[in-house]
Amino acid sequence: MTFLEINDLKVHFPIRGGIFNRKIDSIRAVDGISFQIEAGQTYGIVGESGSGKTTTGRAIIGLNQITSGQIIFQGIDLADKKNKKIDFRKDIQMIFQDPYSSLNPKKRVLDIVAEPLRNYEKLTKKEEIYRVAELLEKVGLSEESIYKYPHQFSGGQRQRIGIARAIALKPKLIIADEPVSALDVSVQAQVLNFMRDIQEELNLTYLFISHDLGIVKHMSDRIGIMYKGRYVEEGSTDDIFTNPQHIYTKRLVAAIPDINPKNRAKQKTFREEVQKEYEQAYHDYFDEEGLAYDLRRQSETHLVALPERVN
Amino acid sequence: MWKFITRRLLITLPQIILLSVLVFIMAQMMPGDALTGLVDPNLDPATIAEQRERLGLNDPWHIQYVNWVGNALQGDLGQSFRFKIDVTDLIGQRLNNTIWLSLLTLIFTYIIAIPLGITSGRYNDTLRDQMITGYTYIGFATPLFIFALVLLWIFGFQLGWFPTGSSVAPGLTRGTFEYYVSRLHHLMLPALSMALITTVNTVQYLRNEIIDTKQKDFILTARAKGASESRVYNRHVFRNSLLPIAALFGFEITGLIGGTVFIETIYSYPGMGLLFMESITQRDYSVVTAVVLLFGIASILGALLSDIILSLVDPRIRIK
Amino acid sequence: MENKLLEINHLYTSFRIRDDYYAAVDDVSLTVNKNEVLAIVGESGSGKSALAFSIMRLHNRAKTEGEILFKGENVIGMSDSRLNQVRGKDMAMIFQDPLTALNPLMTVGEQIGEALFLHNKKLDKQARRTKVIDLLNQVGIPRPEYVVDQYPHELSGGMRQRVMIAIAISNDPELLIADEPTTALDVTIQAQILDLIRQLKQKMNAGIILITHDLGVVAEMADRVAVMYAGEIVELADVETLFENPQHPYTRSLLNSVPNVNQQQDKLHVIQGIVPSLALLPRKGCRFKDRIPWLDESTHEADPVLREIKPGHFVRCTCYQHFHFPKEEEVDQSDLS
Repeated sequence: MTFLEINDLKVHFPIRGGIFNRKIDSIRAVDGISFQIEAGQTYGIVGESGSGKTTTGRAIIGLNQITSGQIIFQGIDLADKKNKKIDFRKDIQMIFQDPYSSLNPKKRVLDIVAEPLRNYEKLTKKEEIYRVAELLEKVGLSEESIYKYPHQFSGGQRQRIGIARAIALKPKLIIADEPVSALDVSVQAQVLNFMRDIQEELNLTYLFISHDLGIVKHMSDRIGIMYKGRYVEEGSTDDIFTNPQHIYTKRLVAAIPDINPKNRAKQKTFREEVQKEYEQAYHDYFDEEGLAYDLRRQSETHLVALPERVN
Repeated sequence: MWKFITRRLLITLPQIILLSVLVFIMAQMMPGDALTGLVDPNLDPATIAEQRERLGLNDPWHIQYVNWVGNALQGDLGQSFRFKIDVTDLIGQRLNNTIWLSLLTLIFTYIIAIPLGITSGRYNDTLRDQMITGYTYIGFATPLFIFALVLLWIFGFQLGWFPTGSSVAPGLTRGTFEYYVSRLHHLMLPALSMALITTVNTVQYLRNEIIDTKQKDFILTARAKGASESRVYNRHVFRNSLLPIAALFGFEITGLIGGTVFIETIYSYPGMGLLFMESITQRDYSVVTAVVLLFGIASILGALLSDIILSLVDPRIRIK
Repeated sequence: MENKLLEINHLYTSFRIRDDYYAAVDDVSLTVNKNEVLAIVGESGSGKSALAFSIMRLHNRAKTEGEILFKGENVIGMSDSRLNQVRGKDMAMIFQDPLTALNPLMTVGEQIGEALFLHNKKLDKQARRTKVIDLLNQVGIPRPEYVVDQYPHELSGGMRQRVMIAIAISNDPELLIADEPTTALDVTIQAQILDLIRQLKQKMNAGIILITHDLGVVAEMADRVAVMYAGEIVELADVETLFENPQHPYTRSLLNSVPNVNQQQDKLHVIQGIVPSLALLPRKGCRFKDRIPWLDESTHEADPVLREIKPGHFVRCTCYQHFHFPKEEEVDQSDLS
């Protein structure tokens, strides 16, 4: 059984307009995507702003209403109304982008981290403090932190408090939405390393959402590339980075700044080639509306959105 | 933009209907009815009952409401029990006076608020700013009716610079120059005393708006372009800060209504506010109902005006 | 050296916290040459943006001391009217977030036109409009005669940043300061904007100061790089040297903490501790000392100076000679290579 299976997920937002504010059209934020995540793996979703990557994450955890499709989590379809009563929130948690705004500034760390515990487990005050201290230790914060407020911590520490809250109920899946993009480089490393450590320790599965290809590559086993609500390419990290097939993926890969200044000329020619291909072969990759085609299997692991070939 | 305005207008309609229902229900709950003041109390109760039936006062409330609205739309708001004339005529005279008072108050409000707000916001935390904010705190703390009374006593009775009541000196012919000067003279003190108090909101609002705009990134851009400080303020800070003030304009009207009730009473200035107070004390219900209805409509229209102004001046709403 | 465009000598920029002033830029000396991109890299709190703002004198309530010689003239001593002649004309700036850096109530044309008007009053309205459209064309905005009358909120992020660049280059400045110009943008847009800045540099022969936290952007754009930590420059070198042979512990740590697309790493290097806040900054000795506690105290200088260790390569403090990554992690890394 696949751990998490997304089938033809659609999330459409109505555009209201006209004098009576009726629904006149819809934004197809997520427009029919499918993928599977195996337990214990990290699945990366990459896309630029407006690609629908964040909406996908939010839809899975139930923060955005699903228009259609299936979200099969450990064999149960979360999108099915019949399963509405099943509480999966314990098993799926989310880490947010901005550690400054996602923690309530008026609450102590104890209350922030204990909140999910209070919702699901009946603990005495003593047990609660013990559990929170344990969690904080796990994320590398001292026991004294319990009675402090979020503003007393640095960005990286706050993000770790957010992670402590997310792992409090021993979830199985964590959706991390740009977890490090608000952080400084050195702090990023700290949080990323730490996410990897607890992944092993707690046998977590990650859905890692980011715009930064470098970080996604570092973290993920499989990667899906999103563009305007659809998948343009999906494959193992190796497939995506060494053998990108879709022009959009190529553009993304080409756009990553190269850390070696000696490669400037090489990088420049590479970008020019990609740009040329993009201009010449645009219609081989996108339909009349500028959207990606359906995914087609290239190899065991690699899928690319291409039109049906007329050979 | 037109869509926005049309939609906004459409919302206004149910607001006004709701208001009229509320006003009607309140009127119904007041003791007595339209007949109480009109008929001779010595009349035979059977005749009165017959009259009630004939006037439709025994109909269910929604039919009465429809009749009342129908009449109101035709300009018939009933008769004043005290003056024995149509409420519409009565209000007509008074409305004119109140509109002039409000207009002058608004002018004074902005004449005071704009320079003070701008100075205070531009030079925030300096002595000038502290003095201006000091004034606004006094303005917030001082009740309008006490302040107006004090001004009336000083400038009206002690110094005798301004008349202490009425809207025009008696004996002047309407349309002559002296007539208009006298009217203005009568308006000055009430308008000024109201403006001095109500303007503090706008001063504070403008000050905060300017302090806020000052710290925006696009102000840095303007400086980096080589714009002088005065240009930065005139072209970028003030323009962007005055916009929300313009939008507040409609709401000022709502505030004025409350103010005129006090001011007109204190200065015995024959406007809507005074009429309202008099009618309440005299139990002149049909007038009270009509005035409340008009005040309510003015407030709703004020809010409408604010939204329309905002949609006209802000390109982020205008272009959609 | 007639090639020298900007020379900063012993610059201090201090901010007031409660009753004392604390230097966010602490004794910085730098030069920028014509037709050169000098990148200033650092994390938040390093003082890199404070430095950039000081050059344009854009700080509102900071105390600035030292010398900023722009073509021999000290910016710090300039009168306001002289400063306004220089700003926007000889030196210009691009800001991080193009949405907030543009006035929401003015059209694109008005905003670029203002920059033109301020330094050339003779240009009439029609000529200005023609010039604005030409500038929009130069920065690669499609349909410029239409965009000129649009408001910022009608444009995408990349387009807005192009408008910002058009404002900056409208009077052909000799010095362009770009403060995190692509941080708020998507990767593909970032590549386009960087490409545009590169083209403009060639065309205008200008000196560019590029403020960024992104080492990838540095590697792609810079000729020389200054690495800042806690208000000081800790290393200064040409770009190849800096990436191939970084010396200062902070530079080396930074380079090791970013995921590299070209190779697989298991663990990223983590710099211990945090950047101390401005008021708590140690003002004596090596400021990076607390972040590398495994080095012996004696490896640091008592009063570290920026020393030229090879022609054009400057490093602060002597600790770099003894620096190694912490032992446990060295094991991890040797597994990889």
